[in-house]
Amino acid sequence: MKRLKDVKCGEHVKVVKLEGDGAVRRRIMDMGITKGCEVTVRKVAPLGDPIQITVRGYELSIRKFDAEMIIVES
Amino acid sequence: MSIKIGLAGNPNSGKTTLFNALTGATQYVGNWPGVTVEKKSGKLKGNKEVEIIDLPGIYSLSPYTLEEVVTRRFLIDDHPDVVINIIDATNIERNLYLTTQILEFGIPTVIALNMMDLIRKKGDHISCKALSKQLGCPVVEISALKEEGIKDAVNKAIEIAKQGRIKKFALPMMEEVEEAITQIKDLLSVHNTTLSLNNDWIAIKLFERDEEIVKQLSLDQSTMTQIEEIIKACEIELDDDCESIITSERYAYIGDVVSHVVKKGNQSKETVSDRIDKIITNRFLALPIFVLIMWFVYYISVSSLGTIVTDWTNDTLFGEIIQGNMQNFLETANVAPWLTALICDGIIGGVGAVLGFVPQIMLLFFFLAILEDCGYMARVAFIMDRIFRKFGLSGKSFIPMLIGSGCGVPGIMASRTLENDKDRKMTIMLTTFIPCGAKLPIIALFAGAMFGGASWVAPTVYFMCITMVVICGMILKQTKLFAGEPAPFVMELPTYHIPGLKGVLIHMWDRGKGFIIKAGTVIFVACGLIWFLQSFSWSLEMVEGEGSILASIGNVVAPIFAPLGFGNWEAAVATITGLVAKENVVATYGVLYGIADATEETSDLLSVIAANFTAVSAFSFIAFNMLCAPCFAAVGAIRREMGSWKWTFIATGFQTFTAYLVALLINKVGTALLLGGSIIEAIIAIAIVAIVIISVFIWGRGKSQETSFDV
Repeated sequence: MKRLKDVKCGEHVKVVKLEGDGAVRRRIMDMGITKGCEVTVRKVAPLGDPIQITVRGYELSIRKFDAEMIIVES
Repeated sequence: MSIKIGLAGNPNSGKTTLFNALTGATQYVGNWPGVTVEKKSGKLKGNKEVEIIDLPGIYSLSPYTLEEVVTRRFLIDDHPDVVINIIDATNIERNLYLTTQILEFGIPTVIALNMMDLIRKKGDHISCKALSKQLGCPVVEISALKEEGIKDAVNKAIEIAKQGRIKKFALPMMEEVEEAITQIKDLLSVHNTTLSLNNDWIAIKLFERDEEIVKQLSLDQSTMTQIEEIIKACEIELDDDCESIITSERYAYIGDVVSHVVKKGNQSKETVSDRIDKIITNRFLALPIFVLIMWFVYYISVSSLGTIVTDWTNDTLFGEIIQGNMQNFLETANVAPWLTALICDGIIGGVGAVLGFVPQIMLLFFFLAILEDCGYMARVAFIMDRIFRKFGLSGKSFIPMLIGSGCGVPGIMASRTLENDKDRKMTIMLTTFIPCGAKLPIIALFAGAMFGGASWVAPTVYFMCITMVVICGMILKQTKLFAGEPAPFVMELPTYHIPGLKGVLIHMWDRGKGFIIKAGTVIFVACGLIWFLQSFSWSLEMVEGEGSILASIGNVVAPIFAPLGFGNWEAAVATITGLVAKENVVATYGVLYGIADATEETSDLLSVIAANFTAVSAFSFIAFNMLCAPCFAAVGAIRREMGSWKWTFIATGFQTFTAYLVALLINKVGTALLLGGSIIEAIIAIAIVAIVIISVFIWGRGKSQETSFDV
């Protein structure tokens, strides 16, 4: 199982499932990261965390800690 | 007929710009009842019958954040006649996510499609007509920045508000979900719900297991069990959970709408924003660029241009023109000398000292508003998050602290952008550690008196303050108040755009005006009071120095400060007046030593200070005054943002206690190392600080395990 946290910069992936629960998970879904949507990892912040991704045509930053809950496939 | 219009939309969609354009100068800013989310309302320009309410910028109507709950309560309880939903056309998919939820509510809605000029520039095309047909509500193209189309949007809103009829919106869903929702609706129709809402919306929210709606409906136990069974069955059938099902349904529907409405031009083209981002958040360049931008902002607003304007305000405007003329006028009018002294030295001197900072602070806020409005601040949070998370904060905590370097009051207010309650509270507690503009003269005074004006003093003090933010952040994180998992950091990085001058100026004024109000109210009164206390004895005779009421108060308090190295009554009094406003510290010294119009550059004052302090006790005094409870205006801001007196006391108590320990450590250890003082006392001081830190850790450990259950 591949997680969004481990996706390399420039790679394009599809979301399979979201783990976790409650407010954090809902927040991630509200921002457009849902089952089946496509995500491109753009870059990692200068100090190694968070990461910047493109989802539904806009730029979003998310911590690696939270990105670990998102399971993806290439 | 009066009409109430709610303005809803995502953050960064141009909502505030639209609100400012619609209401002009007639806005009222307050808080939503019970919470510290900003509430802005105003009358429509040219039509006093129409009230416009700027709702908080939100991404969804979930029950999890304060802003979202506030918006929901407004829609449910305040019954707006119509909602204008502003949409950023360049980000239409995510913006429509909120739209579908608003439409479900059943309130007449007009969609204002903003930033269409950028869409055209990109070579894309969005059809308003097609969008209107798909969603079943009017869509108007606007440019909030250029104030184009906003009249049409409002007129349309007023028109449909008067009609009152709306086309019902129902989110198309998979058969299984549709069925479950219908079952819940049937259950609801048996019960008389107390809410005047349509059952479609309630049914969907119940299906999402929305706690907020469950609380409001107060359904009986058997109904709740039945609903739970329906949800469970659907979840098993679709192998997903309820919230995820609805969210996916929404985005699936939006994807379908967008495919009918948006025509993409040449897609592969890299946008300007992408290219800027490539440099600005580049792995190697990001931090140097950040330092450079900050250096530039502070150089212009505090050092070069700011100093020129502030010097002019202090010396020429207040010193010569106002104070001089007032003195002449009062003397020729034969006013009693004591009253002349009160007005000229006490009040004008004190208030003038504060107003002198206004140009510097306004310049600083002007630049910070530009950085915020153009989208750079989100990048700052992105760059700094890693560091701030280390001590329990988020990258967003950096912005309040930047603003706090100008004035603590707007700094504390800027903590509103933090969504997580713990993060916000901790940021509020630590923001005032950063030296604000009013604390700088204290540093300058002592640097001049004790260290020959050495240029290393100010950076050392800043470094110490930043270190204290870090250390205290790490310690607070261990206490039961702040323990627990870090909050999620899921933040939009908005497209860069050139900010409008009007918006930047409004932003600047919103933050800076508090400073001017403070000068006119709190400091005005305080200056008069301090002047009275130090000019009169208990028997109300005019005295100077030792015999005054202020001196006797100072003498009582002074022993508390003795371990810190400044146990004389003047230092005690200066510190106390610093609570009223930090600007008072230097002025109070001037008054106490009988030096008229004292500033941090007055040579008489410098020599008196030099005679009363050692290098070590001077540094201890600076440290205490930087870190202890902020001025009354900032304490008021803490009270507003914390929403409780209990937390206000925790915050100010924590700050003062920390300040005391730091000053104690500096004084005792410094005296032992540099001035040949008692080593035993130094060891005792270190031991006290160590015991406090260790006991916080032990106390926090035990408690954090208890609290981990109720999160």
